[in-house]
Amino acid sequence: MQFGVFTVSDITRDPTTGRIPTEHERIRAVVEIARTAEEVGLDVFALGEHHNPPFFSSSPTTTLAYIAAQTERIILSTATTLITTNDPVKIAEDYAMLQHLADGRVDLMLGRGNTGPVYPWFGQDIRNGIALAIENYALLHRLWREDVVDWEGRFRTPLQSFTSTPRPLDGVPPFVWHGSIRSPQIAEQAAYYGDGFFHNNIFWNIEHTAAMVRLYRQRFEHYGHGSADQAIVGLGGQAFIRPNSQDAVREFRPYFDVAPVYGHGPSLEEFTELTPLTVGSPQQVIDRYAAMREHVGDYQRQLFLIDHAGLPQKTVLEQLEILGTEVVPVLRREMAAGRPAHVPDAPTHASLVAAAGGPRDATVYADADGVTGRAPQVEATA
Amino acid sequence: MTERVIAVVSAGLRDPSSTRLLADRLGEATVQALAARGIAATTRLVDLRTVAADMTTALLTSVQSPALAEAQRTVTHADGLVAVSPIYSGSYNGLFKTFFDLVEEDALEDMPVLLGATAGTARHSLAIEHALRPLFAYLGAVTTPTGVFAATDDFGHSSAVRADDDVAPLADRVARGGAELARLVATSERRPPADPLALTESFEDLLRGE
Repeated sequence: MQFGVFTVSDITRDPTTGRIPTEHERIRAVVEIARTAEEVGLDVFALGEHHNPPFFSSSPTTTLAYIAAQTERIILSTATTLITTNDPVKIAEDYAMLQHLADGRVDLMLGRGNTGPVYPWFGQDIRNGIALAIENYALLHRLWREDVVDWEGRFRTPLQSFTSTPRPLDGVPPFVWHGSIRSPQIAEQAAYYGDGFFHNNIFWNIEHTAAMVRLYRQRFEHYGHGSADQAIVGLGGQAFIRPNSQDAVREFRPYFDVAPVYGHGPSLEEFTELTPLTVGSPQQVIDRYAAMREHVGDYQRQLFLIDHAGLPQKTVLEQLEILGTEVVPVLRREMAAGRPAHVPDAPTHASLVAAAGGPRDATVYADADGVTGRAPQVEATA
Repeated sequence: MTERVIAVVSAGLRDPSSTRLLADRLGEATVQALAARGIAATTRLVDLRTVAADMTTALLTSVQSPALAEAQRTVTHADGLVAVSPIYSGSYNGLFKTFFDLVEEDALEDMPVLLGATAGTARHSLAIEHALRPLFAYLGAVTTPTGVFAATDDFGHSSAVRADDDVAPLADRVARGGAELARLVATSERRPPADPLALTESFEDLLRGE
C-alpha cells in the first residue's frame, strides 16, 4: 500500500500571524515538502493543477520534473490533472516527457476541475465536462499506445498521422487514476480501462465514498480486469497531528475556522465527525484511517492533505515528520494484516514494465531525411 | 398498494410555530382525503429548523449531515409533499429556499405538491402565487390549484363563519387543499428519483458521444 501527500498549492494567509507567503516562497515550500515526504519515507507526492489565484500550480509537470531531479524514490503524481480543459495531446507529451526525466516515477490522476471559469478561459463549456473527460481520455489513451494516430472527435482539431513524442518510457504509459467525487460515469470510465479510481473523500461522509468505490469495483470486474477486490482504489484524507490530541485541536482550530474550503461553516468537531478530517494524536489518525478499508475494501493508495489553509511551512514539515515516522509505519502494518494475497499493490512503472514482458524502447524515428537520404536509426544502430 | 407517504415540510423558525401548525393541518387533511378514497397514507414531518445549521454546512462545504440527507430523502421519496413557509419580505424565507436549493436536480419532478404560507396579515397571501409556485414550477413539481394561506387572525376565526372579506374559513381552505393534493397523489405516476450513482448509459454510448 502506498502512502503520500497531496497539495492543492494554495497561497493562504496564516490567520494566526497575518503573514501570507509570496508565490516564490510557496513554490519553494512545496518543493521542500516533496523532498521531505521522500525523506520521511512516504511513497507518493501529488500536486494539483489550477489556473486562478490563490493557487500557483498552473504548470505541474515543470514543478514535478524539478522535484524528480531532487529525489530518488518517491512517486510523483497529480491531484488532479484537468482532462477537460487541457489538450489531451499536450497531456500525452508533457507526462511522457516527465516520465523519462523521472525514470518512470510518475503517474497521474485525471479530474474534471470544479472551477467554472476555467472552462471558458480554455475555450470549453462546463456543461460538456463529462463528455470532455470521456473523449479527451480516449484520445490520450491512444496517443500513449499507438505510434501513429488518426483521430477525429467533437472537441479538438482532428489528427492525421500524428505521433506524440517522446514515446512512453520503456513502451509503458504512466498509470492513470481517475478522480471523481460524485459522477458515476467517471467511476465507469476508470473501470472500463482498468485504470485506478481515486475518491478525494475529504468533503464527504464515508458512506458516499464507499458507494462510489463499490460502483467502480463492480464495473472493474464487469469489464474483466479482475475481481472487484482487485480494482485499484485511492482515497484522499486530511489530518493534523500532535503527540497530544488537545494540542492538535488547539493549534489547528484557528486555521480550520477560517479555511477557504470550510471556514465560517461547521465547527471543527462537526466536520471531523462528518468527514475523514482527523485532528488529534498519531494513534487517533491511525485508528481513523486503518478503519477506511472496512468501508471501501483493501485499497492501494492513501494521500493526505497537510499543507493548506495558511499553515506555516515549519508546521507542515513537522506534520510530515509525524506522518512518516509515527503514523504511516503503523498504518502499513495494520493495512497489511489480513490483506488477501490476490489484492494487488498500486501499479508502478516497474510492475507495469514487468507485466508488459520487459522494457521496450519505443522511440519512433523520423523517416529518412531529404538531404542525406538516410534515416537516423541507421546511424543509431550502426 | 403500500401506504402512501406525505412529506410535510415546515420552514417555521420558532417552536411552536404557526407555520408548523398549518403544515400539520394540511398534512392531516391530505391523509383524511386519501382515506376517503380508500388509500392509506401517513405523514412524515420535515421541520427545517432542526437541520438549519446542517444546511449551512452543506452550502459551505458540500458535506451533508446524516440528518439533512434523511430529510432530503424523506421529501424526494414521498408520494406527495406539503410545503409551507412563513412569508418574509414578500417571499418564502431563506430556510425554505435553502432546503430546496439543496435537493438533487430533477429529484422533485412530477411530485404532487400542496403549497402553504403564513404571515401576520392577509396582505401577504399572494406570495404563494408569485414566489412559492414559480419555485416549484422550476423544480418540475405539480402543484395543486389551491394554495393555503393563513394569516395570524385566521387561527382565531370560527370555522363556521366567513371572514370579513368573504374568504372561506381556514378549516375549509385546509380541507380543500388536502382534497386537491389527495387527488393528485391518487393519480400520480411519479417514480422515486433514480439513485444518483446509477449508471444510465453504457460506456460505449458515452465514448461515441451519445
